[in-house]
Amino acid sequence: MIELSGLTKRYGDFTAVDHLDLQVAKGEIFGLLGPNGAGKSTTILMILGLTEPDEGSVRVAGIDPVSRPVEVKKKVGYLPEDVGFYERYSGLENLVFTGRLNGLPMKEARRRAEELLEKVGLAEHAEKKAGLYSRGMRQRLGLADVLIKHPEVIILDEPILGLDPYGVKEFLETIVRLSREEGITVLFSSHHLYQVQQVCDRVGLFVSGRLLAVGDINTLSQQLFGNDAWAVEATVAGDRVPEKVVEAVKKIEGVTKVRADGNRMTVECSHDITAGVAKAIIDAGAGLLSLNRKEYGLDDIYYHYFEKAETA
Amino acid sequence: MNGIAGTTEKVKKERWWTRLRGSSRREEEQVMPPFRVLVQKEIADQVRSWQFIILIAIIALTTMGSLYTALSNIRDAIKPDDPTSSYIFLKLFTLSDGTMPSFLVFISFLGPLLGIALGFDAINSEQNRGTLSRLLAQPIHRDYIINAKFVASLTVIAVMFFSLGLLVTGIGILATGIAPTPEEFARILLFIFVSVLYVALWLNMSVWLSVKFRQPAASALTGMAVWIFFSVFYPMIVNLIIKGMSPPSWTVNPAYELFLNKLKLTLMRLAPNYLFSEATSTLLMPSVRSLGPLTMEQLSGAIPGPLPLGQSLLLIWPHITAFIALTVIFFVLAYVPFMRREIRAR
Repeated sequence: MIELSGLTKRYGDFTAVDHLDLQVAKGEIFGLLGPNGAGKSTTILMILGLTEPDEGSVRVAGIDPVSRPVEVKKKVGYLPEDVGFYERYSGLENLVFTGRLNGLPMKEARRRAEELLEKVGLAEHAEKKAGLYSRGMRQRLGLADVLIKHPEVIILDEPILGLDPYGVKEFLETIVRLSREEGITVLFSSHHLYQVQQVCDRVGLFVSGRLLAVGDINTLSQQLFGNDAWAVEATVAGDRVPEKVVEAVKKIEGVTKVRADGNRMTVECSHDITAGVAKAIIDAGAGLLSLNRKEYGLDDIYYHYFEKAETA
Repeated sequence: MNGIAGTTEKVKKERWWTRLRGSSRREEEQVMPPFRVLVQKEIADQVRSWQFIILIAIIALTTMGSLYTALSNIRDAIKPDDPTSSYIFLKLFTLSDGTMPSFLVFISFLGPLLGIALGFDAINSEQNRGTLSRLLAQPIHRDYIINAKFVASLTVIAVMFFSLGLLVTGIGILATGIAPTPEEFARILLFIFVSVLYVALWLNMSVWLSVKFRQPAASALTGMAVWIFFSVFYPMIVNLIIKGMSPPSWTVNPAYELFLNKLKLTLMRLAPNYLFSEATSTLLMPSVRSLGPLTMEQLSGAIPGPLPLGQSLLLIWPHITAFIALTVIFFVLAYVPFMRREIRAR
């Protein structure tokens, strides 16, 4: 559905996107993951034909967005990062306006807007001015706004940024449901790996304009972490972690690395051994103050990735 | 320019007809081209905006004030041997007893402000609210956005000025009991047309500023600064230059005096508001025969009398050309960077 080949964009000396090759199949949910400034938004702008690539080509449903942007924009719904609405119009009026810009007659646009507001759970706020919407509501209104044109592809740029955990879950579930029901191809960018991995069929890791790895989450995390996929952080009573505690923890099966720093200790392991760590600390006679299973952020993944690349 | 305004007028007329025929239900089911959807929304936004409501209130009040002074002084303005007395009606627009400026002066003063108010946040506020990138993701060409804004504002200005001018005409007929001659009416319509052009020029300048500056406040202030510069400071600067070049008063050098006069006029004509006042006073005061200095030889043998409409138009043709040219230049200045710019979310 989306085909990028050799895509390059430069701003002066800075290369934002560097020879990017990527294929996204029809009906697939693809997550573009990367830290801020990795070139995710630039890639999205090029897919939409809102900015021209310096090299390489883009095809969306076989259409080149550089020469025929309007046709591409008919098929693609785009939710920009931190989407804005006309604040003096109600949510419904905003949707109807978008619908009419997409060639729907007034009546049809209104009917579809009401239907979509119901779908994204904003039906009771339909008449409220968009300026009074909360961040989460605005994001959901944005989703409805994208869907009103019956898109074949939807592209979401950092859609879950600034949403609370419940909002993120709800929002992602809505996207998955819609994609499965209507066979819509979804491409979204994010820097929150853990929230995104639950819904994506495949993800691509994107750093400094380059795609480091592509694949589904399992192969990817295997590829990136090998045996160090988990980590447990423990705080022990006293000034520093006693030596015997470290020794005891090291003996647990699956532990690959133990680091002690003051009264804090980080344990890397191949599977979840949180309970084992707790037991080992208490059995060694130390006071356990806190224990938590660490979730890897993208930073850690990149860190690991580069560490591996250097040692290899 | 006036072609675009003309077609929107036509479109509006058609819509009005379909409404009259009671077929608005069919309209609800019709597909409207995206450009018309945009224009419709922009017009609605402009008319409901605070800056427009405030300005229309100011302009309506000043119109009423100047009309009142004109009506109360029109009796004294007609002199028995005045060759222009057949143009009594036009005096409604130009007459003043000194307490209150005439309608003409008010329009030339407030027109630019109206143009700036309608355009200064055209593009940058859309970008700051994050609606521009959403709008660009819709299947429309990018220039639709800036064109729609221009067409909508121009329509609003044209409708407002024509209704205001015709209202003054109507009240004038009721109050004086004199009907305007066809020529007078044509002169009034032309005056309104030139006023719309003049405001369109300022409108495009402020749209350009709204593309250039990210902050609406910056573009509004810059627009106002240009406006104040030309209406207050520029004449001062020109006077200063001319005074500096003037010979001592005891010398007599007619050729040099003529040169200075011409220089002053040329410099003044660089200001759009001076061009506007020349153009409109020629239209509304048929006795104006020339816009430059005249020598005694040129005047000898001339019969004092009003110019026919065709001749008055000929006199201000360069002015109208200049307005259109400036409007187009500002439009291009706004258009080109807007088309090239990469639009990111906020």
